[in-house]
Amino acid sequence: MMDKPFAITLDPGSSLANRTGSWRTFRPVYVDRLPPCNAACPAGENIQGWLFHAESGEYEAAWRTLVEHNPLPAIMGRVCYHPCEGACNRQHLDAAVGINAVERFLGDEAIRRGWRFSSDAPPSGKRVLVIGSGPAGLSCAYHLRRLGHAVTIDEAAAQAGGMMRYGIPKYRLPRDILDAEIARLIDFGIELRLNRKVSDVLAAKAEGFDAVFLGVGAHIAKRAYIPAGDANKVLDAVSVLHGMEEAGPPLLGRRVVVYGGGNTALDVARTARRLGAEEAIIVYRRTREKMPAHDFEVEEALQEGITFKWLSTIKEAGEEDILIEKMALDEKGFPQPTGEFERIPADSVVLALGQEADLSLLQNVPGLSIEQGLVKVDATMMTGHAGIFAGGDMVGNERTVTVAVGHGKKAARAIDAWLKGESYVPAAKHELATFERLNTWYYSDAPKTVRPVLDIIRRQSTFDEVLGGLDEGNALFEARRCLSCGNCFECDNCYGVCPDNAVIKLGPGQRFRFNYDYCKGCGICAAECPCGAIKMVPEEI
Amino acid sequence: MSYQPIKFYQTGTFTVGNRLLPPEQRSVQAQQKRYNSLNSGHRACQGCGEALGARYAIDAAMEATNGRLICANATGCLEVFSTPYPETSWQVPWIHSLFGNTAAVATGIAAALKVKMQKGERRHIRVVAQGGDGGTTDIGFGCLSGMFERNDDVLFICYDNGGYMNTGIQRSSATPPAARTATTPAVGETPGNVFGQGKFVPAIALAHDIPYVATATVADLRDLEAKVRRAMELSGARYLHILVPCPLGWGFASHETIKMARLAKETGLFPVFEAEHGEITAVLPIRHPLPVEEYLKPQKRFAHLFAPRLRTDVLTRLQALADRNIQRYGLLEKP
Ligand SMILES: Cc1cc2nc3c(=O)[nH]c(=O)nc-3n(C[C@H](O)[C@H](O)[C@H](O)COP(=O)(O)OP(=O)(O)OC[C@H]3O[C@@H](n4cnc5c(N)ncnc54)[C@H](O)[C@@H]3O)c2cc1C
Ligand SMILES: Cc1ncc(C[n+]2csc(CCOP(=O)(O)OP(=O)(O)O)c2C)c(N)n1
Ligand code: SF4
Ligand code: SF4
Ligand SMILES: [Mg+2]
Repeated sequence: MMDKPFAITLDPGSSLANRTGSWRTFRPVYVDRLPPCNAACPAGENIQGWLFHAESGEYEAAWRTLVEHNPLPAIMGRVCYHPCEGACNRQHLDAAVGINAVERFLGDEAIRRGWRFSSDAPPSGKRVLVIGSGPAGLSCAYHLRRLGHAVTIDEAAAQAGGMMRYGIPKYRLPRDILDAEIARLIDFGIELRLNRKVSDVLAAKAEGFDAVFLGVGAHIAKRAYIPAGDANKVLDAVSVLHGMEEAGPPLLGRRVVVYGGGNTALDVARTARRLGAEEAIIVYRRTREKMPAHDFEVEEALQEGITFKWLSTIKEAGEEDILIEKMALDEKGFPQPTGEFERIPADSVVLALGQEADLSLLQNVPGLSIEQGLVKVDATMMTGHAGIFAGGDMVGNERTVTVAVGHGKKAARAIDAWLKGESYVPAAKHELATFERLNTWYYSDAPKTVRPVLDIIRRQSTFDEVLGGLDEGNALFEARRCLSCGNCFECDNCYGVCPDNAVIKLGPGQRFRFNYDYCKGCGICAAECPCGAIKMVPEEI
Repeated sequence: MSYQPIKFYQTGTFTVGNRLLPPEQRSVQAQQKRYNSLNSGHRACQGCGEALGARYAIDAAMEATNGRLICANATGCLEVFSTPYPETSWQVPWIHSLFGNTAAVATGIAAALKVKMQKGERRHIRVVAQGGDGGTTDIGFGCLSGMFERNDDVLFICYDNGGYMNTGIQRSSATPPAARTATTPAVGETPGNVFGQGKFVPAIALAHDIPYVATATVADLRDLEAKVRRAMELSGARYLHILVPCPLGWGFASHETIKMARLAKETGLFPVFEAEHGEITAVLPIRHPLPVEEYLKPQKRFAHLFAPRLRTDVLTRLQALADRNIQRYGLLEKP
């Protein structure tokens, strides 16, 4: 005390003794919010999660995160209608992140580099039969295998893939890609038995299986009654497209009329053009706006020279032409006949009016119920018969590869729980990371990379793939357009902007922690977090 | 712009850090073990822009000088909230001076250090003087101008929060026109601070033709750090004027501090530029141009411009000031 300088009585101290955290009325907490892309993905992919790895060029880590949910990225990257992009927050800034294109890049990269699946789950000793090797069956088999179960797929057709092979044309899904992703699943230890049509599900199950997943799809073409002369060919889309894979291209003639307004109608018309038809006309009873087909597909078809007759129904098919009747929309938006007719020349008519499931294998299954041609399942994808689950086209009217993959995954998890005598409860979902949660100031301006489209002439005459892919450079660029909605991507903003140094940086990959001894609760961190990963919650005082 | 913005995507150099950048391109504030020259436990208000700006600037100066730095500090919030006897938040050799003589104190320290270095007793140690806008543009202005004209080897940093905040928000010569303060109440025909008074000290510093003059805000960290780094590369008199919003004095919510600084810059009311030897060398361009209302409306000190009646006449005059800055400094030009 006495040896202190003049007028000094206290030792110097650090302000660390002053715990300013006691001023706080609100406390910041780190949260993970559900990115809208993830929320919109029917396969439940963790898109933001795999983009996070792709952003740093760690493509294998990205692919591995992706395949935790979906084993078919190269296929998805081509045929998925990417509802994720429709939900992407970036669309409010410039354009949605090209999620689907990056997914395709990762899928292709995995094929090129020979990445394989792995699982460290111990064998469960249980056997599951999967009926059908479409996306629903493949996804279910994959997830069951990941969980340690032995899986056998029985497939009626000569090759695996379901509608991905016998429906979706090559120019959208090259078969070497399909083959590679199926081969990887077989390589993972899934048994595939081709040319085995199951005709009685209970008998099949009795051959030593503990549970069954049904993924038989919907392959019976719906017909419409059209009076037709002998010489005119009336075919259906399912057999035309199926024929492309096996029997060989069907003879459609020079002028092909396709009847229907869905994606299948477009695929058949575009296939017909590639087979040499000079004219491919789509006849649809409603308007373009009402068409179930996606707008971009209609656009691509128009570019390929396909023509459309909107608001028209086919009345009869003659030898060299068909008779169509004009329709008009009534005040409720339904098409009504007008009594006005027109003849258009046609060598063949292909019906693309939708498909129904062949459910003959399900006769006499106690408890299992079928409504309007669809098998009823509960929230865990189980049918009314315990131990028999179902998914994909046979259970719903939202019929896409992605929905089928999602069903397969969900069913696999439920089967796993069921086999353990538990009931499957999906993990609680995080709060949605809406656009309002973001501080978009921090994101660089960056337009979307457009995938190259093969030039029109080449496309019309060949079955080459229409859309090109990203290369490593623009895949990285595209991944980095992701805003990482609702999930910390370690931009250090909270760490930097705190006037009280109350944020502790834990190091790469470890994120951050608040030091509540000094945090005054000003909320700058939450306001300046670009991706909305900090929430202010009231203190209990 | 004083630094090369990183033109790759996601957040580039807009955020404090970026895990995708190589370490040498990251900011000082992003370092896991950073200086924290102004440590936790200080008594600044919640969300104080001055506390933030001071740590940004002094940490950058510490980095640039490898920790060989002495700070002289004018009185004002920065001093009072950081160093109530006997404790301090400073983790840098730091000396308190009076309200008006900081520049002169720093000059003295620099002179002493020069002698000690010539005698071989010390390695090269640099000096920073810092204070609020009151301590800089008003009472400290004589000493500051003297330090400039003698070209003393000092970096003077002014933390501009537009008023005498520490003593209860009185007007300074850096208070913007129309702003309400304790001494410019929002009454009468021309409420708030008077138009046509006050001064913009960066422009006056520029007129001294000193080696370096720059402005910055707490909303553009990378720009601020680059300016401190550049200042420390040069010797002689240097001046850095940082806009540091004050939630208490301006009347906005404590989480809006950085947003206010950003809006001041984006509306053009606060021009961000740098100059060497009297010539402007770079400006930080406006990214998304905005009308001045966007900046004024969230602040209670301008509330009388919006209620009980909308003072379009006053807003027009403030917009004219912003437009003049945009013109004068070329704030809308693409870099
Ligand atoms: C022309 C066309 C284009 C399409 N394009 C797209 C697209 O671009 N994007 C998209 O997301 N979706 C598209 N779809 C829809 C998509 O293909 C289906 O929704 C999806 O394939 C359904 O999967 P699934 O597993 O339920 O059935 P499927 O893919 O139909 O597979 C069912 C499998 O079960 C087998 N099977 C049936 N019965 C038995 C039995 N009794 N025993 C053993 N095996 C049996 C079948 O042979 C088949 O392999 C398209 C559909 C068509 C027809
Ligand atoms: C010569 C003298 N006059 C008045 C004061 C009282 N005083 C202390 S701080 C201050 C205001 C400081 O304003 P500014 O420099 O802008 O800093 P701020 O608090 O706003 O950061 C005043 C007037 C003083 N300390 N010394
Ligand atoms: S920005 Fe990224 S995380 Fe956000 S919705 Fe789009 S892809 Fe998902
Ligand atoms: S009054 Fe303003 S400058 Fe002073 S400590 Fe509070 S916020 Fe900071
Ligand atoms: Mg001040």
